[in-house]
Amino acid sequence: MTDLAQNGPEETGLNRLGLHDLHVGLGGRMVPFAGYAMPVQYPAGVMAEHLHCRAAAGLFDVSHMGQVILRPKGDMAALVAGFEALMPVDVAGLAEGRQRYGLFTNETGGILDDLMFANRGDHLLVVVNAACKEDDIAHMQAHLADVAEVLPVTDRALLALQGPLAETALARLVPDVAAMRFMDVRVFDTLFGALWISRSGYTGEDGFEISVPDGGAEGLATALLAMDEVGPIGLGARDSLRLEAGLCLYGHDIDATTSPAEAGLTWAIQKVRRAGGAREGGFPGDQRILEELAEGPERCRVGLRPEGRAPMREGTELFTPDGTPVGKVTSGGFGPSVGAPIAMGYVAAAFATPGTALLGEVRGKKLPVTVATTPFHPTTYKR
Amino acid sequence: MKYTEDHEWLRVEGDLVVVGITEHAATQLGDVVFVELPEVETMVAAGDEVVVIESVKAASDILAPVDGEIVEVNDKLALKPGLVNDDPTGAAWFFKMKLDDMSVLDTFMDEDEYLDLIG
Repeated sequence: MTDLAQNGPEETGLNRLGLHDLHVGLGGRMVPFAGYAMPVQYPAGVMAEHLHCRAAAGLFDVSHMGQVILRPKGDMAALVAGFEALMPVDVAGLAEGRQRYGLFTNETGGILDDLMFANRGDHLLVVVNAACKEDDIAHMQAHLADVAEVLPVTDRALLALQGPLAETALARLVPDVAAMRFMDVRVFDTLFGALWISRSGYTGEDGFEISVPDGGAEGLATALLAMDEVGPIGLGARDSLRLEAGLCLYGHDIDATTSPAEAGLTWAIQKVRRAGGAREGGFPGDQRILEELAEGPERCRVGLRPEGRAPMREGTELFTPDGTPVGKVTSGGFGPSVGAPIAMGYVAAAFATPGTALLGEVRGKKLPVTVATTPFHPTTYKR
Repeated sequence: MKYTEDHEWLRVEGDLVVVGITEHAATQLGDVVFVELPEVETMVAAGDEVVVIESVKAASDILAPVDGEIVEVNDKLALKPGLVNDDPTGAAWFFKMKLDDMSVLDTFMDEDEYLDLIG
């Protein structure tokens, strides 16, 4: 056996989550991720955790992600306009109490990060990826200094409760969450402190993300984990769940070189920001992004279904049946709910139609793989 | 049973040596979803990568522990890779080898020595 040396990860220099001791006590195997010691799995294992989340409810600690408040220095409209100038996304049209998916883009139309932002009446709350958060905060400070205070939230944990029984479980503690719809955001005063709850997540399941003051985080997590429906879920299953849901992982499926159209994220670009819209363009990279919306991109992110049992991991080269290179896999593994290997990757646009037969090179052998629609597993958001 | 530093076990069965991975290794790997076995009647050298195991998260290699010929592989693992987690030291053997010189087995750890290694 090779590659078994990681059972005692080097934790020196890593940030610790506020709930570190809880994870260790639950038997979590801690590994380095984005500068944090994070639980990759618990004793149940990735497969059982994944299936539990799809069948009942899973609790994830995502406190490594960046929570940032944007508070207007003057009027809210100036902040909204400034934030909208960083993204090809409709910020001004987002109603109070609602959240939306967004993308920071660069001058060449690539993606700097993907994020969630919420309209909380007198300010915006932004949640960004852990690995990008320092850059994102600097980016917002550089561009929004005149219109907003950029305030990283450093005294709160972020928990995600995901799965068909997430509502049942959370409603025992906070009954009114049952009335929330997908992408609603609300604040609830509870014995764990003021909870900032959104009905969202990154698993394809119905569920919630819960920002909780550090002082209440252990109490909340413990109360949820005490319920029969709820089990702890590590990063391993978080990855297989989001892959089955067809969701991008920043730094793998999207990055500073991939554009929103290439990445298949055009649904995140509302009409008002597109050609002919009332607030057309006016974001970094708008020339390329609008052109690709009209003409189609040269390459496309696609779902992939390997025919055999062998997973096609990130980096697997893709070929046409006659051996011409057409792209490569950006995320791949085994889908526990699908019961088969699944992957995503980029291919030249001519080969992006679902059903297209390709080959993926695994350990020197070219194996059949078919372009497929995503999600691989149906989503169950409560719209 | 003998053990290697790569967390494989070796069991003598007549004039053959049966090879698998230890419970410790299976636990570390996590849920196994795919096993790629070598061809039978292949001559291998110690250290050759002969089996690929894919868990939900990652791929790992199994190395040939000694020089010899692969004479039989466990085809059941192709259909039921989860056997590696369920019964790593029994039903989930990977392959059987024929050795020129069985005395090479004496150089591997016994159970007590292996348990010391994994703490």
